[in-house]
Amino acid sequence: MLRRSAAVLSGIGGRVVSAVWRLGYASRFFALTLLSSGTSFRRIGLIIKEIYFTGVLSLIIILVSGLFVGMVLGLQGYETLQTYGSESALGVLVALSLVRELGPVVAALLFASRAGSAITAEIGLMKATEQLTAMEMMAIDPIARVVAPRFWAGVISMPLLAAMFSAMGVFGGYLVGVVLIGVDEGSFWSQMQSAVDVKEDVLNGVIKSFVFGIACTWIALLEGYDAPPTAEGVSGATTRTVVTSSLAVLALDFVLTALMFRGA
Amino acid sequence: MSAENLVEIDNVSFAYAQREVLKGINLNVPRGKVVAIMGGSGCGKTTLLRLIGGQIKSTKGEVRIDGQVMNDLDQEGLYRMRRRMGMLFQFGALFTDMSVFDNVAFQMREHTDLPEALIRDLVLMKLDAVGLRGARAFMPSELSGGMARRVALARAVALDPMLILYDEPFAGLDPISLGVIGNLIRRLNDALGLTSVVVTHDVRESLAIVDYVYFVSEGVIVAQGTPDEIRKSDKPFVHQFVHGEMDGPVPFHYPAPAYAAALRLKAGHA
Repeated sequence: MLRRSAAVLSGIGGRVVSAVWRLGYASRFFALTLLSSGTSFRRIGLIIKEIYFTGVLSLIIILVSGLFVGMVLGLQGYETLQTYGSESALGVLVALSLVRELGPVVAALLFASRAGSAITAEIGLMKATEQLTAMEMMAIDPIARVVAPRFWAGVISMPLLAAMFSAMGVFGGYLVGVVLIGVDEGSFWSQMQSAVDVKEDVLNGVIKSFVFGIACTWIALLEGYDAPPTAEGVSGATTRTVVTSSLAVLALDFVLTALMFRGA
Repeated sequence: MSAENLVEIDNVSFAYAQREVLKGINLNVPRGKVVAIMGGSGCGKTTLLRLIGGQIKSTKGEVRIDGQVMNDLDQEGLYRMRRRMGMLFQFGALFTDMSVFDNVAFQMREHTDLPEALIRDLVLMKLDAVGLRGARAFMPSELSGGMARRVALARAVALDPMLILYDEPFAGLDPISLGVIGNLIRRLNDALGLTSVVVTHDVRESLAIVDYVYFVSEGVIVAQGTPDEIRKSDKPFVHQFVHGEMDGPVPFHYPAPAYAAALRLKAGHA
């Protein structure tokens, strides 16, 4: 009995120690990435190349998803608003939903699945095929040369992608609400313009997507860099990137929303 | 330290957690020579190469390169030392997102301020030395195993290092590529005035090109000598290794309980 209890306690202790160790490792990795960012900014081409891979190549999925989310919002919003005779507020509903919540959150989830998984797989495979070790043996720091440019590319791309997602979503809402259903175009745009505040809504949305960009890219890079150098290791790391990033985005969204929109 | 030796490994031990991989190894690599470290899989020869490259630190003893104790170097010192080394990895480790040309130019662009026109000429010279000037526009995925190894060799000598480390350079190559790589290791070493350490288990190919051989088994050096001495050696381990014998000091059977007991045979049936 005593031995079993000791084994259970030791198991719990082991997991806690391992989780704390992992958190410490992740923090050190993050700090090292920031400290090694000098090269990336001195040679801005490194970041631009990665923005193409993480940002530009994610545009299609972001734009198409934004359009459909906006169209669905238009349909659902109209159904609810017409019950109260407030169809003219459709533009406000679509814009606020997108700018405050759906834009940053859904764009971040899509970014984690598309760009995050690609970053993890690429770095994991570079590790498995000894490319990172080769770089170290050439006296080139892989954190400065490989990790940091990808980190800043992700952080820069994320708010831009979220903005494009929201813009496309508003356009989708317009297509369904104004063009298809016939809501008055003037009130759609004017109410949206008067209700959406640049600082309260747009800026907060941008801050959210910036934080999500840091979280998603950090997780993707860490998982890739720490992946066991085997096929199973890389595939497991890629899955963990998508799962952990998605959960982190949703949890951070709750915290940020609670801080930003406290019934103001 | 002897000025004659570029690499000196002095009573070095190394352990991964509780498992001791190297047990008091002594080994010297004279300047300008090609030295092979041979042994079976898992004997500790790649660990030795990693110690020389400063990727890991010995738990006991000293690894000295050009008189510098590797364990004493900080990150900056280690990187300074590595700029004077080149390494050929087992499967090339070429950067898969770069062309052959960019792979060879990589270190020149990272470590020097040379104009692009000069880098182009230098890269073409290095590629010509390995016979692949015509393949400069290829991506690594378009190369055969032997070609990838040759590009990696051109990349390893890109900055004219003093020491070049080869990790299993002959693994998985066809006979022609095998001969080409062996030849290049020798020719580049002599032409560029390098010193080379070749970790391998390929007996025939390496004995044809190296100056001296160390045999490692279970973490200790069990034999050493020139290729001729090794060929003539009557030491059981060397004999088994050189002639590829199935049984000997390295047994065919992994240690196991008695066969009859494992098959649960009663006395009289075994």
